[in-house]
Amino acid sequence: MKLDSKAPEGPLEEKWRKHKKEMKLVAPNNKRKYEVIVVGTGLAGGAAAASMAELGYNVKSFCIQDSARRAHSIAAQGGINAAKNYPNDGDSIWRLFYDTIKGGDYRSRESNVYRLAEVANEIIDQAVAQGVPFAREYGGLLANRSFGGAQVSRTFYARGQTGQQLLLGAYQAMMRQVNEGGIEYHPRHEMLDVVIIDGQARGIITRDLVSGELKRWEADAVVLATGGYGNVFYLSTNAKNSNVTAAWRAHKKGALFANPCYVQVHPTCIPVSGDYQSKLTLMSESLRNDGRVWVPRKKGDDRHPNDIPDEERFYYLEEKYPSFGNLVPRDVASRNAKIVCDEGLGVGPTGLSVYLDFRDVIKRDGKETVAAKYGNLFDMYENIAGENPYEQPMRIYPAVHYTMGGLWVDYNLMTNIPGLFATGEANFSDHGANRLGASALMQGLSDGYFVLPATIGNYLADVKPGTRYGTDHNAFIEAEKGAQDQIDKLLNVNGKRTIVDFHRTLGKIVWDNIGIARNKEDLEKAIKEIQELREEFWTNVYVPGEKNNYNKYLEFAGRVADFFELAELMARDALEREESCGCHLREEYQSEEGEAIRNDEDFSYVAAWEFKGVNGQLQEELHKENLEFEFVELKQRSYK
Amino acid sequence: MSKDMTIHLKYWKQAGPDVPGHFEEYTLDTVNEHMSFLEMLDVLNEELQLQGKEPVEFDYDCREGICGSCNLVINGQAHGPKAEVACCQLHMRNYKDGDKITIEPPRAAAFPIIKDLVVDRSAFDRIIEVGGYVSVKTGSAQEANALPVEKEKSDEAFEYAACIGCGACVAACPNASASLFTGAKLAHLNKFPQGEVERSNRAVAMVDQMKEEGFGDCSNFAECEAVCPKGISISAIAEMRRDYMKALVS
Repeated sequence: MKLDSKAPEGPLEEKWRKHKKEMKLVAPNNKRKYEVIVVGTGLAGGAAAASMAELGYNVKSFCIQDSARRAHSIAAQGGINAAKNYPNDGDSIWRLFYDTIKGGDYRSRESNVYRLAEVANEIIDQAVAQGVPFAREYGGLLANRSFGGAQVSRTFYARGQTGQQLLLGAYQAMMRQVNEGGIEYHPRHEMLDVVIIDGQARGIITRDLVSGELKRWEADAVVLATGGYGNVFYLSTNAKNSNVTAAWRAHKKGALFANPCYVQVHPTCIPVSGDYQSKLTLMSESLRNDGRVWVPRKKGDDRHPNDIPDEERFYYLEEKYPSFGNLVPRDVASRNAKIVCDEGLGVGPTGLSVYLDFRDVIKRDGKETVAAKYGNLFDMYENIAGENPYEQPMRIYPAVHYTMGGLWVDYNLMTNIPGLFATGEANFSDHGANRLGASALMQGLSDGYFVLPATIGNYLADVKPGTRYGTDHNAFIEAEKGAQDQIDKLLNVNGKRTIVDFHRTLGKIVWDNIGIARNKEDLEKAIKEIQELREEFWTNVYVPGEKNNYNKYLEFAGRVADFFELAELMARDALEREESCGCHLREEYQSEEGEAIRNDEDFSYVAAWEFKGVNGQLQEELHKENLEFEFVELKQRSYK
Repeated sequence: MSKDMTIHLKYWKQAGPDVPGHFEEYTLDTVNEHMSFLEMLDVLNEELQLQGKEPVEFDYDCREGICGSCNLVINGQAHGPKAEVACCQLHMRNYKDGDKITIEPPRAAAFPIIKDLVVDRSAFDRIIEVGGYVSVKTGSAQEANALPVEKEKSDEAFEYAACIGCGACVAACPNASASLFTGAKLAHLNKFPQGEVERSNRAVAMVDQMKEEGFGDCSNFAECEAVCPKGISISAIAEMRRDYMKALVS
């Protein structure tokens, strides 16, 4: 299979403009003849549904939550990047582009990333017009702060709740369209399959999570804005219902899954406290602006952190990376936390945490200033950890947070299946092997508000308006039957181990072997363990309740079944990529100082996997999209 | 590590909206102070399943107090005993060994029960639908810094915009009113010049929809403010009523 990125030719700054000029358009009175399904109502899905309905398309929007407003974008804390250059500190679209592509360790497409940087400014305008309460200066203009991986202040924020505020903006725009009839809105519906007719995506199968009823929906195009797959690790900062099912079932229908091994582990999360732990809570990366990360220099130093004098503290990020210090990118910060803990310098009851200390900034700026900036985060920490961060350092440890991998898409955000699009975290497109802070919101909204509404028209212009096969078409019947069969199979196993037990065990295999650092031996072992556990899952899982009503554990069972297959692909992908890049650290390929060593000659490609079946083993074929760099020079990343 | 606690639970079971519900009881012996309240319910459900019993259904998602999915009424209090904390972030260190805890769904005519502790809050969506926004199409926005907004006003808007739509305000209100939810959205948007244009119509549309959905009126009990996990002030309701009255007479 030849993978064509469809990236426009020409100078970087001209590509998107040129493409917009050349794309086909759908006339206003024809738009209402098209149906578009959008699955997911986070930033990417909510913004896309609203914007396409505004254009005149008939949109059907689906989400698993009881309201579109609860999609997991809501939990993003820190902010959203844009190169407005309001602080006059030398920012530009080029610099945002460059930081993003460098931050991703040169494993993303220049064309996509440049477009992202270009569109970002419009997002800020749009959000402000919607009434998003971004932080402001006393003069009434918007405030900025700095974030990891950048030497300028380009992050817009709404305290520690930027994702919430941006999502509510998109949600409200969506609700306005529901009111105007442009969107048919279906909360508490889970997509279980995509329907393909004559090679084109023509609809979906959903399960109504209240009645249990399976339903068929036909459309001219399907957009998956279903988020990332971090919950394969069981413990992650993702919401409990976040899952890979929509993307994975599309993958099983032929959509390529790209770079599944690129998983971001966020450096500043509250450490695990026990086996009952159901999720991990992130403390915004913005805390690294003012907090200093350290561990005691001496192993087993069990003094209270406040009693350890400065010269006996190892401020390892400041020492190793003097120019970026505590603001190194996430992958670098996470890896170094693991290194010091592996060396036995970790703190807390498990030895798996490091200090994030605000003593100095409180001394410098006063408690009130610190509280104004981070008050809600400090309160959240105290509430969970039972320790007061104004008086003693926080304890933090890395946790899975974001997945850069996802469905392969071209420049138009279309997968290799015509008519099937993927946006936001669900696709693989813009962050390469590592995402910079405050860039997820940027990408979700860029895809949703500005890119997809333009590119989908280019596709629909070639679909005859009013094409309908009917939901009694064989493809719909078969897809529904497949979904039904799996539900019945899960309920009929009637085994002895709970779904949560399986998921937790799977998550531990994935975290231990496909986590912060990977190596050949562990990855091969993980594949075996995943296969064995998957086998046991299908013979020994216990799924309670019935299929014909509200049954959360049945929902989970289907999602965990998909995680079992995805996990094997992640290990395969990590094994195949014999280099270190961004978040993917292969222990065999690192410098003596523990820095990642890329191999551009052999691995400067997107690994796009094609599903071939699963029979004990997962069968997948690898396709490569070569990444070509015309505008930036590939360098070994250095934040020293 | 801390010692395990014994907690006696009494929780609401109801198979569907149209059948009567009842309480069930269960005693957990392995509750840890670091567990969140919902993690304790996870443990309960694991034990129930291993005994072949049906788990208790409850809504949750982010488990970090921001999505607004969870909304349990714990010993009669929406979100439990801790001020400004959603029940997903309520930790068991707030309880002691031997405590009895009763868990109910938020009860309101406008929030019909789906199953056990899960309720249908789609009425909130419909209140937003009729006007909880600034009518601005994608692409038609002006430059973000073109309209300065006083920092104080913008900060105040944030306080109201922080609403997570959990419905605790409704559960706590003797009239089951959604006035705090509705008022908070109005107060948020009113603070911005962008929101000012539709101020009056928005107030009328949203308040009327709130009544239509079967929520009661506000009698100034202020229970809503007391349980709001985001600490939203009832001054939003006063502002809403002023705007509504003004719109009706003008």
